[in-house]
Amino acid sequence: MSMSLGSAVMDRMAAKLQKYNFVKKVNWGRAVVAGIPAFWLGLFFFVPFLVVFKISLTEAAIAIPPYSELLDWDLEEAYISIKINLGNYLFLFEDDFYLDAYLSSVKIAVLSTFFTLLVAFPIAYAIAKSDGSTRVLLLALVILPFWTSFLLRVYAWMEFLKKNGIVNEFLLTIGIIDEPLIMLQTDFAVYIGIVYTYLPFMVLPLYSALEKMDGTLLEAAQDLGSKPTQSFFLVTLPLAMPGVIAGCVLVFIPAVGEFVIPALLGGADTLMIGRVLWDEFFLNRDWPMASAVAIVMLVVLVLPIMLIRNSQGKGEAV
Amino acid sequence: MSFSEQIVPSSMSTEQLPLWKQEGAEPFLRIENVTKNFGDFKAVDNISLDIYKKELFCLLGGSGSGKSTLLRMLAGFETPTSGRILIDGVDMAGIQPWERPVNMMFQSYALFPHLSVADNVAFGLKREGVAKAEIKQRVEEMLGMVQLGHLGKRKPHQLSGGQRQRVALARALIKRPKLLLLDEPLGALDKKLREETQFELINIQEELGVTFVVVTHDQEEAMTLATRIGVMNQGIIVQTDEPHDVYEYPNSKFVADFIGSVNMFEGKVIQDEPDSVQIDSKEAGTTLFVNHGISCAPDQIVNVAIRPEKIRITKKEPEKGVNCIQGIIEEIAYMGSLSVFRVRLASGKEVRVTQPNFTRSMGDRYTWNDAVFLHWDEDSSVVLTS
Repeated sequence: MSMSLGSAVMDRMAAKLQKYNFVKKVNWGRAVVAGIPAFWLGLFFFVPFLVVFKISLTEAAIAIPPYSELLDWDLEEAYISIKINLGNYLFLFEDDFYLDAYLSSVKIAVLSTFFTLLVAFPIAYAIAKSDGSTRVLLLALVILPFWTSFLLRVYAWMEFLKKNGIVNEFLLTIGIIDEPLIMLQTDFAVYIGIVYTYLPFMVLPLYSALEKMDGTLLEAAQDLGSKPTQSFFLVTLPLAMPGVIAGCVLVFIPAVGEFVIPALLGGADTLMIGRVLWDEFFLNRDWPMASAVAIVMLVVLVLPIMLIRNSQGKGEAV
Repeated sequence: MSFSEQIVPSSMSTEQLPLWKQEGAEPFLRIENVTKNFGDFKAVDNISLDIYKKELFCLLGGSGSGKSTLLRMLAGFETPTSGRILIDGVDMAGIQPWERPVNMMFQSYALFPHLSVADNVAFGLKREGVAKAEIKQRVEEMLGMVQLGHLGKRKPHQLSGGQRQRVALARALIKRPKLLLLDEPLGALDKKLREETQFELINIQEELGVTFVVVTHDQEEAMTLATRIGVMNQGIIVQTDEPHDVYEYPNSKFVADFIGSVNMFEGKVIQDEPDSVQIDSKEAGTTLFVNHGISCAPDQIVNVAIRPEKIRITKKEPEKGVNCIQGIIEEIAYMGSLSVFRVRLASGKEVRVTQPNFTRSMGDRYTWNDAVFLHWDEDSSVVLTS
């Protein structure tokens, strides 16, 4: 019994091996198609990442470029020295300023992602439920802002939010407020800026998830006794979840490292890691410190999200 | 049999009568002058219909006949433009779909893709706030009834079409609705499965005693399932009758033609007795006798309808020369169980005749261009005045 079982297993393994040997033919067309973007990412994402990582292990110096050499060698005297400086990383954890900046960035990013979701969901829902030509028009309107410079649009918001800006003028005229509201250079303005800027990144994945949903599912839910709000949480939201996750990741990751919006719309006390990075680079000219800040942000914030997203993608692949 | 049972035949016989034939029986579902307009289009045009408890009523019609719209109004997804719908005596106006004692089985099944089979079935009970233990027990019971007890943990996309259909049925039945609406319940199944499921559906309906309203475009489905059929065309119900009556006594050309196939001969009424008529038909080339009376004006143009299977085909002239016409076989289709003949008459009219294949041999069979006699009994045909 056990003999025959064993041999059966062996047979199967042999068959499998054989199969692999034959199947393992290189498909050049496929290799090229997959290879070009991989090469591109390697060259322009992974290599610069390594460069930044290298700089983060050096010391600031008054030189060009402004950091010490990691490797030092003299061939005549046959000596190579590697000097790794972990001080930048240690300092990151010693000084509360950086921790605060990270936490504050996460807080702002989480909240603005949530607000973006709240604003984007009805928009995406309306687009998904609209028909034919209206849908095309609405989608175009969502994408249209990308045709103008992001920087210009943030400046436009400054005009809106400033003390004698359009919003304040309007509110004063209709008499809701007696004196202008201070909106510019507050966290409020930062939230507005982030929600506004990243809205399309939330709307589009939500739309594509909602568009696939069969409308009779909602009728079925109603028929089985659930009110419209219940139906939303029991049917619409679960089915839109892939879109919700994709949208949140697309908004959260860039929002964490956002620099322009807090710099232009935020106040002096708006602490975000993107600004800290900028200051380290351009005000302190401490490239190694700035690099360490960037690496830690990537490892602590972005990497876990990417991994979670990746594993979910595999789970849903049915 | 006891004596007491024998002496009350009259009351017994009324009890045997189906509800819709009883005088003054209370309908369970009453549709009163219901009209539904979509813009200028009248989807449902002033329909009145009574459906009784435990009936399996089929709304039969082609696409665009308004049958689905009527069903959706019963479920509450559409509001009638005018008219009333009463379920068990309660006016449904203003009652939302989630408040109605009605459940629906959707044509696409509309199973929730993110929920397991058991959770799909439990959905309705959870909304009612039924206790967990009871939900579990009732879901198990229901899945057992549709023979899916072992698949409760699967997701809908892991099921076959037939299994999904059963889940949809179980989900619609679990709340024990007074009225179950079924939109083309067997439409997505293949022929074999459809036939099996038809009988299963009837068994379940009888077991639970729920009133079913089924929408279908498939006349065969309607014939096997229904206690009564309502034939719909262009927003109105053309005829409401038991399947047998709809087939044998259609009330109009439309119904005769829509259900099964039929030959029609146009002609003029030449003799109109209370229980028989004679019709002179140029198309048939002879005078046709029909042994039921009709109400019509003298000399009115009417149609005599005769089903293909009721026509006999012979090479020799029959002795009784009533309702006998001559023609030439133009086409023969051998279908296994029966053969279909297309016979051309002298008038140019084409007549369809079907005959069961009694024997296996081909020896005495008819062939193309054979001159044949077609004849039928006086009570086989029916006169249609509209």
